[in-house]
Amino acid sequence: MSTPTSAAPTTSHVELRPGAYADSVTLLQVSRSVQALDGVVAAQVAMATPLNVDVLLEMGFEVPAEAGPNDMVVALRLAEGTALDAALAGVDTALQQAGRRDEGTAEVAAPRTTGSALRRAPDAVALVSVPGPSALVEAMDAVDAGRDVMVFSDNVPVEQEVALKRAAAERGVLVMGPDCGTAVVGGLGLGFANTVSPGPVGIVAASGTGCQQLLALLDHAGVGVSSALGVGGRDLSAEVRGLATREALRRLDDDPEVELVVLVSKPPADDVATEIEEHAAGLGTPVELALLGPGQPDLTAAAERVLRRLGREVPAWPVVGSAAAPSGGTALRGLFVGGTLASEARLVATAELGDGHTFVDFGDDAYTGGRAHPMIDPTLRLEHLARAAADPETAVVLLDVVLGHGAEADPAALLAPAVAAVTRPVVVAVVGTAADPQDLDRQVRALADAGAEVHLSNAGATRRAVELVKGARA
Amino acid sequence: MSAPTAVVNVGADLLADAVADQAVPVSRVDWRPPMEGTEADLALVAADPRRRTANERAVEAVLGTTATLVDVAPASELLGLERGQFLHAGPPITWERASGPLRGALMGGAALEGLVEDPEDAAALFESGDSVSLDPCHHHDSVGPMAGVVTPSMWMFVLEDAATGRRTHCTLNEGLGKVLRYGAYGPEVLQRLRWMGDVLGPLLQRAVRTVRDSAGPVDVTGILTQMLQMGDEAHNRNRAGTLMLLRDLGPAMVLSSRGPDATDAADVAEAMRFVGGNDHFFLNLAMPACKLALDAARGIDGSTMVVAMARNGTDFGIQVAGTGDEWFTGPAQVADGLFLGDYGPDDANPDIGDSAITETAGIGGFAMATAPAIVRLVGGSVGDALATTRRMHEIALAENPRWSVPVLEFQGTPTGIDVTKVCRTGILPQINTGMAGAVAGVGQVGAGLVTPPADIFPKALHALARRVPPSPS
Repeated sequence: MSTPTSAAPTTSHVELRPGAYADSVTLLQVSRSVQALDGVVAAQVAMATPLNVDVLLEMGFEVPAEAGPNDMVVALRLAEGTALDAALAGVDTALQQAGRRDEGTAEVAAPRTTGSALRRAPDAVALVSVPGPSALVEAMDAVDAGRDVMVFSDNVPVEQEVALKRAAAERGVLVMGPDCGTAVVGGLGLGFANTVSPGPVGIVAASGTGCQQLLALLDHAGVGVSSALGVGGRDLSAEVRGLATREALRRLDDDPEVELVVLVSKPPADDVATEIEEHAAGLGTPVELALLGPGQPDLTAAAERVLRRLGREVPAWPVVGSAAAPSGGTALRGLFVGGTLASEARLVATAELGDGHTFVDFGDDAYTGGRAHPMIDPTLRLEHLARAAADPETAVVLLDVVLGHGAEADPAALLAPAVAAVTRPVVVAVVGTAADPQDLDRQVRALADAGAEVHLSNAGATRRAVELVKGARA
Repeated sequence: MSAPTAVVNVGADLLADAVADQAVPVSRVDWRPPMEGTEADLALVAADPRRRTANERAVEAVLGTTATLVDVAPASELLGLERGQFLHAGPPITWERASGPLRGALMGGAALEGLVEDPEDAAALFESGDSVSLDPCHHHDSVGPMAGVVTPSMWMFVLEDAATGRRTHCTLNEGLGKVLRYGAYGPEVLQRLRWMGDVLGPLLQRAVRTVRDSAGPVDVTGILTQMLQMGDEAHNRNRAGTLMLLRDLGPAMVLSSRGPDATDAADVAEAMRFVGGNDHFFLNLAMPACKLALDAARGIDGSTMVVAMARNGTDFGIQVAGTGDEWFTGPAQVADGLFLGDYGPDDANPDIGDSAITETAGIGGFAMATAPAIVRLVGGSVGDALATTRRMHEIALAENPRWSVPVLEFQGTPTGIDVTKVCRTGILPQINTGMAGAVAGVGQVGAGLVTPPADIFPKALHALARRVPPSPS
């Protein structure tokens, strides 16, 4: 309480303003702002109702006897030497300001949780890319609402993945992920996804760039894809046991457009493989398994098998430009942005060349801590490219470029000049479709003009690089 | 599969842009990291297989409650309160830790019960603690505004859920200014309380019983539905509700001045003037109606719904459906608002009262949008009021289809505060409140807005997480 210290002398002023009116709340605000003025010890501006008169008397003001409920009373207690005029001017200003209208904020704030957003958008699917420790919570909002969800986030503990997918399975909800980079749902690309035409193939993929390679090859062969549903790299593990794969297979089996389902994954845990194969056998739509790993066909071979099964012709996979024979060195240096593309290259090359070669995945957690994925931010790989080019051991450089929604708008803009500066042969796999926003042809031409030999097939690019390394050794 | 017609994006904007580039509308969640240290508990509770259905049951139980006014009687009869027993607002507290207004109200209550002649002598009585005991209203199916002190001779409203017969109770509202619930205990305070016990209580009892037995009990939940469309938010503004109650009880009150055991007509007139002239009279019906609804959700394992928010002037406490009777407490905050006379923030006691049960049930501060008349009382604009109600929807489990807000296109009030959503968003419940003077005996010093201390929500979340059954492997 701004009670005057007993020693400080004050003067009081009370005036009636008959006929003046403001509501009690306005006057509370006016009193408060006047009280904040310099030299004002106490202020009460109020209609002179019996209650307010009592309050004023308690505050030690003398109120004229004629004061009635229709009079405004202005009561001020001022520190000695304070000008009354200034204080009264302050009252008038405060009264004017209180009468002013605030336009308010009509704008509706953005939703703060996935659940809140889904309440406002009843048909939406959810796309979750918050940090791993919070991903389950946001994704569970979608499951609660009975909506499909793609979880792009990584670093989600496997027990959380199991809990999420169990809840989803009960509700018939599809959980794509966690750590799902790519999905095409009825033609809509989510995450890193290529633009594809609708068609007879449905894909269930536990691998993002593996799925993208398949999309690119099928697109080139003129075969459309109705949906490509990611399930996350651990879905066929012994812990998760294909919970999302089953739901994804069910969705594609129900889609009358889909004639053939392709399941792309690392080889599942043994008993899970049996379960999924049994499950697939019970579906009305045939399922082609494209399992990745040692002793398995590569992605390009899988695409060819799909084409043959559909009775389509297998085209020659395009190659633009031509790498010259290496001038020295013995090592193959593979620098990748796609994890599955890096492993595929390692498998293909190691079978031919043995150890001693490098296949770096810049999308690996070790390289993404605190920075964007290399499909968005190419800086780190460009640095390593320069280093590999300067290394006398390097015989051939092998790269991938992944196009599609979400990826860098013009990867060749920085990569082509960097390639041009490399004196070793450079082979590039450009994974993309004709309708991708980056313009596949233009990207391929720019890299070929810079001296690279550009393949659509990653396995093809790797085999070519292997051949060049072998040539250097010979 | 058909393409989704819309996408909700939470996280990287780039992924939202990629969807927007494909000409599909994207709703972007304004996601921010949760309250510090809550990620693991949030994930555990989110993954609790009981949670979704438990919360659905809790919401159903709350919305399925209808509060009717079935009786008015002294606390000694209704709650079995005996001489020396005192109820108070908020979580449990001792005299040693009690704040000024609670002490003042207890002292006045002791004088009212004749335990002491002069309220000032009561301090020694409570310090010794021999012949007196303190207990929260909430532990006795009751709620009390501000200090919330209930003594055996005080008359209380009895609200009953028609379907189950469950009951809650609350004292009669004394009005504003120098009143016991704000910690005042002067002669005029005690005189008013005695009149309420001698005249108002018995008169209301007759009227309430007459109405109950003839037309059926007053539908308090129904009045709340109407008053929310008449500019009341039922915490700091109860004007329409009070007058509707008077409309429902008035004829029976008037008739009680006739026949055997007739009440003096002057007393009837005084009682009607008192009720009609006290804009907060209905608050003491809104509060037990809210408690009656929320109590229906108590004890639902796995539910993350807050079933009580209450303050004793020292601590702010919450109880949660899925954690039994445990209180999660932290220091009560001082409200931000406007002050009466020349009182200022230094004169105000920290937040006090069970009245935050209204916000817990989705009205009061949660229904600010429907009460534009009082937004400036708490220092805001109409736009702020709309934004507040919308913001409270972010932490609520459901909307109340009966309690709707016309200016928000009749959207239901935000119902059922979700502990997990508070921890996820950091949005704290917004409470409209009166402010008591910090010194015992002062009374009301202002009104304003207040929030709970943030850390009680992570505490409650942790307790929920500890109760999650281990997942089958």
